[in-house]
Amino acid sequence: MTAVLAPPETQAPAVAGRVTQARVIWSEWTKLSALRSTWYCALTAVIVLVGVGALAAGGKPYVVSAGNPAETAVSVSLYGVLLAQLVLGVLGVLVFSGEYGTGMIRATLAVVPSRLPVLWAKLLVLAGLVLPVTLVAALAEFFVATAIQSARGGSAISLTDPGVLRTVIGASLYLTVTAVIGLALGALLRRTAVAVSAFAGMFLVAPLIVAQLPHSVARIAPYLPSSAGGALWGQPLATHPLGPWAGFAVLCGYAVVLIGLAAWRLRRRDA
Amino acid sequence: MRGRIVIEIDGLTKRYGDKTAVDGLSFVVEPGVVTGFLGPNGAGKSTTMRVIAGLDRPTSGTVRVNGKRYPGCAAPMSELGILLDAKSVHPGLSARNNLLALARTAGIGRRRVDEVIELAGLAEVAGSRAGGFSLGMGQRLGVAAALLGQPRTVVLDEPVNGLDPDGVRWIRLLLRSLAEEGRTVFLSSHLMSEMAQTATRLVILGRGKLVAETSVEDFVGHAADGDVLVRTPEAVALSRVLAAPGVTVTDDGSGVLRVSGVTAEQIGATAWRAHLPVYELTPERASLEEAFMQVTQDSVEYHAGATR
Repeated sequence: MTAVLAPPETQAPAVAGRVTQARVIWSEWTKLSALRSTWYCALTAVIVLVGVGALAAGGKPYVVSAGNPAETAVSVSLYGVLLAQLVLGVLGVLVFSGEYGTGMIRATLAVVPSRLPVLWAKLLVLAGLVLPVTLVAALAEFFVATAIQSARGGSAISLTDPGVLRTVIGASLYLTVTAVIGLALGALLRRTAVAVSAFAGMFLVAPLIVAQLPHSVARIAPYLPSSAGGALWGQPLATHPLGPWAGFAVLCGYAVVLIGLAAWRLRRRDA
Repeated sequence: MRGRIVIEIDGLTKRYGDKTAVDGLSFVVEPGVVTGFLGPNGAGKSTTMRVIAGLDRPTSGTVRVNGKRYPGCAAPMSELGILLDAKSVHPGLSARNNLLALARTAGIGRRRVDEVIELAGLAEVAGSRAGGFSLGMGQRLGVAAALLGQPRTVVLDEPVNGLDPDGVRWIRLLLRSLAEEGRTVFLSSHLMSEMAQTATRLVILGRGKLVAETSVEDFVGHAADGDVLVRTPEAVALSRVLAAPGVTVTDDGSGVLRVSGVTAEQIGATAWRAHLPVYELTPERASLEEAFMQVTQDSVEYHAGATR
């Protein structure tokens, strides 16, 4: 048999170099972009956003007035965000739980034994994928919905109308942070079913339960992640006592706390 | 020299909850030869290997790979290549993408990825999703991953599992040539017969504790002190002349004596002197598996068929 590998003590440069954050990011992008589930989730999110927007625009023509600002019309047509957040939340969860479920996490952490670069890399490639995809989808949704609306006799709404651009970009930012929260939950809870349940509990069930509670408790409703983050894009099911950016900051706070817990668990626990 | 190429395990203890998987284990794996890590299922082999790879933290004790704690290595893939189990791959990724993802963390290029694909005999299936792989192909992929960085130390957990005879032969030759190149090669198995053909050194583990650190040669030699079967028409007469302190002769009346305490040569000479015909003289080596079981008997956690 011929030599399998080069002798270990030769002067030739080693094949394997240092682990750097940039290399780990490249590695994580290799995985995320090669998985079919990534593109199914992304495509589903785009279809849901644009499709629901087009359906909403088929309703009663919306006339902009002092009491009916343009941004509200845009928020209503962005209803699909509520479905897209589930799809993208699952995509986020799978980034980690998919590796724990298949055992690949052991291979991953064995080649990056310092571990945390894996978490940062996964966060970056997920956000780097979800942000542009949802931004394009939200803009497409806006143009489709406003075109249908004005064709049916509604007011012509422009991106430059007050609050409109913030609402459209806000939908994309909101979805990116929810996907990041999904990723953190996947890293923290490791099992897909558990993490997806936790995500659904946080974004769908919690608001419903809190709404049923006595008024003294229900006051926390605006601070739940879906309502707080919803302030940025005018989530139509909730009232928003928090300002758009204050609400978004609260949502980001949830993400930061969960990422912190995920980092702590990744560092401390056996893989 | 870039430092010693060894695995040093010193006083390693690993508990999961109140279960002790590895208990005060110390040994050194040297370069240049294949070292086998042998023990019954549940003895703590995989746990030890997981700690070596930095996946589990030791409860106490230290593990050093090439003189350093592995998780602190700057270029981990050049220090240690590890196969933990065949399922450490993403079933939704192709074999090539699984390897590329690992390779890129260390700046390893496509050319090297293709090399290990070729080496592992996976060229034809490199583009297929790993989820469809048989256990044997999964093992080959895992071994390919372990070799990506041309590591100075190779640790493989039960690499032979699920391989067909061709694959078993492949891995034996591969491990031997890796050792000949001066690398440290450490592999686990629960099959002594497999180890006898692959390894030179042996570390034997039972119930999380070191049972023996020996060479395969010594171990096999030790196992050779077995009984001798003697087929003779003069069973009674031969039993009489063989009788001596320390010699046991068992006669079951079938014309075959089972003799222990003397060698086949001595029995033949004795029979010749007494003019007793012998048709067959068979030294019965205790099989390696039996010897292994004797060594680990007290430490086997669950005896087969034991009721609780």
